[in-house]
Amino acid sequence: MEQYLKIYLYRRIVQAKLFIDEHFSDNIDLDNIADEAFFSKFHFIRLFKTIYNKTPHQYLTVVRIENAKLLLKNAVSVSEVCYSVGFVSISSFTGLFKRTVGLTPSAYQQQQVTLKADIAKTPLKYIPNCFAENKGWTNNSNFEEV
Amino acid sequence: MITKLNHVSIFVLNQDSAYEFYVNKLGFKVHTDAPMGKGMRWLTVCPPEQPDLEISLMSIDAGMMFTKESAEQMRELVSKGTFGFGVFECNDLLATYEELKAKGVEFKKPPTKEFYGFEALMKDDSGNWFSLGQKKQS
Repeated sequence: MEQYLKIYLYRRIVQAKLFIDEHFSDNIDLDNIADEAFFSKFHFIRLFKTIYNKTPHQYLTVVRIENAKLLLKNAVSVSEVCYSVGFVSISSFTGLFKRTVGLTPSAYQQQQVTLKADIAKTPLKYIPNCFAENKGWTNNSNFEEV
Repeated sequence: MITKLNHVSIFVLNQDSAYEFYVNKLGFKVHTDAPMGKGMRWLTVCPPEQPDLEISLMSIDAGMMFTKESAEQMRELVSKGTFGFGVFECNDLLATYEELKAKGVEFKKPPTKEFYGFEALMKDDSGNWFSLGQKKQS
């Protein structure tokens, strides 16, 4: 019986996590998630943190920042990224992004766009020779004198 | 002195499908995704907390690495679930199991307490299988 209860509780928390994964760009009200999971807000936050080492709010922020990174890599403008992932203010998005990633969104975007262009131009720089050779992508040896 | 493993290969039947599995279901990060011409692609992913381990998702195609015959044999072996590739770790096995099952990941064994630890066995979209273990509390 105890095991069934544990699995039931886990499923509820996992569903809440998946809800955040899917609806991160909406104006998510964590009280509603707790309601949907049939928990009191306090109990919900405590269980969520036990499983994911983050409160639901901290986790939502992580998901938003990770999705912002993906959009920035694809050259979407900073303001568009900000609103697309659920932030309502560019200054709070920029500040949070910098604290989390260590770069401003625009500096991160510049870094990633440059990296992407370099990978497209010289992909073999990013592939260990043993793999490239097996695939027939290069004839040079890894140990060849320059 | 060898200090690290930084690249490892998993042979997959289809790289697009493997991308969907490893990135969108398991939550791995794309490290490098580079088209190499003639339909070939260098695709590596990393576990979220291990950005310096690149897992190369290698398509099994006839070419330099495999003859036509050996590619066919390899594809058959992979799809039959011949190969177990390693052990992934998570903080909470029950939660990870419930989440991956909800995303359609197939398990050969549900979370089970064994004498060596708490583990489940899961399969990727090609047929490769992995142990999924819970990080031991220190």
